[in-house]
Amino acid sequence: MSSHYEAPIREPLVIGEKSYHDISVDVGAPVLGKANKSWWIVFTISLIAFLWGLGCIIYTVSTGIGVWGLNKTIGWAWDITNFVWWVGIGHAGTLISAVLLLFRQKWRMAVNRSAEAMTIFAVVQAGLFPIIHMGRPWLAYWVLPIPNQFGSLWVNFNSPLLWDVFAISTYLSVSLVFWWTGLLPDFAMIRDRTTSPFQKKIYGILSFGWSGRVKDWQRFEEVSLVLAGLATPLVLSVHTIVSFDFATSVVPGWHSTIYPPYFVAGAIFSGFAMVQTLLIVMRKVSNLENYITVLHIEYMNKVILLTGGIVTVAYLIEYFIGWYSGVPYENYTYLSFGAATGPYWWAFWALIICNLIVPLTLWVKKLRRNILWTFIVAFIINIGMWFERFDIIVIDLSKDRLTSSWTMFEPTFVDIGTFIGTIGFFFVLFLLYARTFPVIAQAEVKTILKSSGEQFKRLRAEHGDDHHHHVEV
Amino acid sequence: MYTLPRSLKLFSIILVILGVLGIAYGFLTTPKTVEEVKEIMAAEASHGEGHDETHAAEGHDGSHESNFVDTARGEEGYAERAIAHEKEAHEEAHGISHEEHVLHQLQTRPWSATFVAAFFFMMIALGALVFYAIQYASSAGWSPVLYRVIEGVTTYLLPGSIIVFLIVVFAGTHFYPWQDHELVAEDKILQAKSGYLNFPFFLVRAIIYILGWNLYRHFSRKNSLKLAETNDIAYHQKNFKFSVFFLVFFLATEATMAWDWFMSMTPHWYSTLFAWYIFATMFVSAITVISLTTIYLKSKGLLPFVSDRHLHDLAKFMFAFSIFWTYLWFGQFMLIWYANIPEEVTYFILRIQQYNVLFFGMLILNFVFPILMLMNSDYKRIPWFVVMAGVVILVGHYIDVFLLVMPSTVGHNWHFGIPEIAAILFFLGLFIFIVGTGLSRVSLQPKNDPYIKESENYHF
Repeated sequence: MSSHYEAPIREPLVIGEKSYHDISVDVGAPVLGKANKSWWIVFTISLIAFLWGLGCIIYTVSTGIGVWGLNKTIGWAWDITNFVWWVGIGHAGTLISAVLLLFRQKWRMAVNRSAEAMTIFAVVQAGLFPIIHMGRPWLAYWVLPIPNQFGSLWVNFNSPLLWDVFAISTYLSVSLVFWWTGLLPDFAMIRDRTTSPFQKKIYGILSFGWSGRVKDWQRFEEVSLVLAGLATPLVLSVHTIVSFDFATSVVPGWHSTIYPPYFVAGAIFSGFAMVQTLLIVMRKVSNLENYITVLHIEYMNKVILLTGGIVTVAYLIEYFIGWYSGVPYENYTYLSFGAATGPYWWAFWALIICNLIVPLTLWVKKLRRNILWTFIVAFIINIGMWFERFDIIVIDLSKDRLTSSWTMFEPTFVDIGTFIGTIGFFFVLFLLYARTFPVIAQAEVKTILKSSGEQFKRLRAEHGDDHHHHVEV
Repeated sequence: MYTLPRSLKLFSIILVILGVLGIAYGFLTTPKTVEEVKEIMAAEASHGEGHDETHAAEGHDGSHESNFVDTARGEEGYAERAIAHEKEAHEEAHGISHEEHVLHQLQTRPWSATFVAAFFFMMIALGALVFYAIQYASSAGWSPVLYRVIEGVTTYLLPGSIIVFLIVVFAGTHFYPWQDHELVAEDKILQAKSGYLNFPFFLVRAIIYILGWNLYRHFSRKNSLKLAETNDIAYHQKNFKFSVFFLVFFLATEATMAWDWFMSMTPHWYSTLFAWYIFATMFVSAITVISLTTIYLKSKGLLPFVSDRHLHDLAKFMFAFSIFWTYLWFGQFMLIWYANIPEEVTYFILRIQQYNVLFFGMLILNFVFPILMLMNSDYKRIPWFVVMAGVVILVGHYIDVFLLVMPSTVGHNWHFGIPEIAAILFFLGLFIFIVGTGLSRVSLQPKNDPYIKESENYHF
């Protein structure tokens, strides 16, 4: 994929005197070792949150949607907010693994595995909401075009909610396949390194008998490239289709043609913020600071800056066109003067501050490379992007065309509990993943060690680019 | 060193002269009075064939126009009312007869024809500049060998943007109905927009755009040449910074530029995606021209350090951004079609009914063709193949700009005749001449760029 020469101006991506063996050891360590106390504490908390959320879901489904804070005007609120939020978070994973692969960004190799895991777990959370927000979720299978005994009654393909079904399910399956394919050599590495017969058996099954022959690697790379080529339009189209849920409507504020690219940019923005949140902790607790370096964090902050900038411009465009349209209803949309001063002013300003103002600090190089500050900003963006979806959905619905239908939304404990439950579920999955999966694509990192590893860059600087150094790796 | 061959120079000069003559012919032959328009219309009616069918079918009452939305929705009268209202607002309510309306459109035609071609070539230079800035800002390792070529293409930005500037400033009510004070006095919607759509502010904005773009082009080129001369990395770092700030500036000004110069041609209509849609057209055309220029120079043996892998990458960008353009085209079209809000759909109804073949044909040129041609990775390394795809893409995006302007300014009185062809010839000649001269000023091999060695040794 890439040449062995690399410009000396580029900072190393692997720090320390790492050899191929070191990489295997470092990546294998969390899987082959035992969980410590703090892992169990965090896992227990997540599990409790998950079970609590599960209780809320069961309560909702068995009692009725009325236990949520929805009303006749605002029929979508936390459910779809959380849905879009989780789907959006998932997008960074595919962006890192697919789009950055197409752009041949070597730094993606240390973060892609965890980002893809995050995608899959986030899409699982997102996938819950379309089911549980149904009034009759037990009839959910009716959304599928299956021949049936109602005179073959089919679905109407004109609804973006149906497109969602196809988009999300395709997205989940392709992401899963893409992720698993990449895992094969790494599972094989664990299989070959473990001494426990039980683990050997399990990872033997998971790695599909990968033996790493030349032909296998050649096909492996081709498949990765093709899947990346397919996943890139997929990632754009999935969130586009999610945005169609709103943009195809005639609700002021929802009906806006910029939604498709704007939602996608927002998804990458929020997704990268979540990757930062997770990886900053993970690199520390799993001792991966030599692989997920400050440079990686800075690069991701730059992506956040770029997508945040695109989102900012989209906000300004929305705000401007709302005024420019001359349509009086536009004054109550989520990005309007009316919203800034109306009853949901706090939600409006939460969006502006979290998504527009705070990320601006990342323009300062010092702050961009400051891990603690990055963590804080990433966390704030996660909150801000939740508010963006909340504002779009709730503010726009709360003041629609007829003043007689104007109302406010108040969440109940079940709304909140369900959301907390999905966060718990997400972390349950992610924590299990972090202990059982190779969290860094070690096979890929090994391919860049000689071009981008710190010691090899030093050797080239000392002996020249064409010097054939003999280092045992 | 490249020198613009004498034959090509002569060719471009001939194009410019032919173009000037044709453009002048276009301006001189527009009807001056309503009487002349009546004669033309009578003559057209007696033909009653070919191109005139559309005119006849749709007639004066707009009955045909209404059908599209109504039949699509299976409802009667919904779009009809909107169109009728629109028509009234434009004609009867302002006391303008149909003939006067046609007269105005016919007089606008040479303006529009010139503007479409002027903007088309200007946006290629501007898009190339954006591509250039992105290469710097992203520390690209593959593209530095192309920097001189891209800089050559952006040479056209200064003259091109000045011409476009002059056209939009002097076009007045030919393009921008909101500059007509009588019309605004009767139109509440336009009055509400006058805070943005007023001439002094419009002028100031246009000055800011072309100043900002050209300053970046000037200084980035200067630094790039200084770097080659002095091997002082500070020039590279400066360019990196300039590029980042230019991209921010561009992201903002591109949106307002699109609203100012194109969206305000139909000042009642609005679409939030519009600006980014124009960007997609600009960007894909620019990358295509960069590829074509590279292939041309390489065929002359002037770019030995550019390999077919670089060409492959350029072709991939042509492929990807053709799809990206289609994505935005579809996003905008589908959402407006789906929601079918009367004040928005008129934009597409006009285009579908009066420009049907162009409107959908453009999709074949801009999407179907590139996606089929450039999918195969071997083909992307074959120069003549990329040239073929590139020409199709450029024709397609010319049509795209044509469709941005014509339906909004000349309506159904559009033709593709001497003024349009002449404008293309003029600006093509100018483009070849200026870009050719720009390329011949310095060596085509960029030196001392920190990534140049990576770029020269580039494999994948």
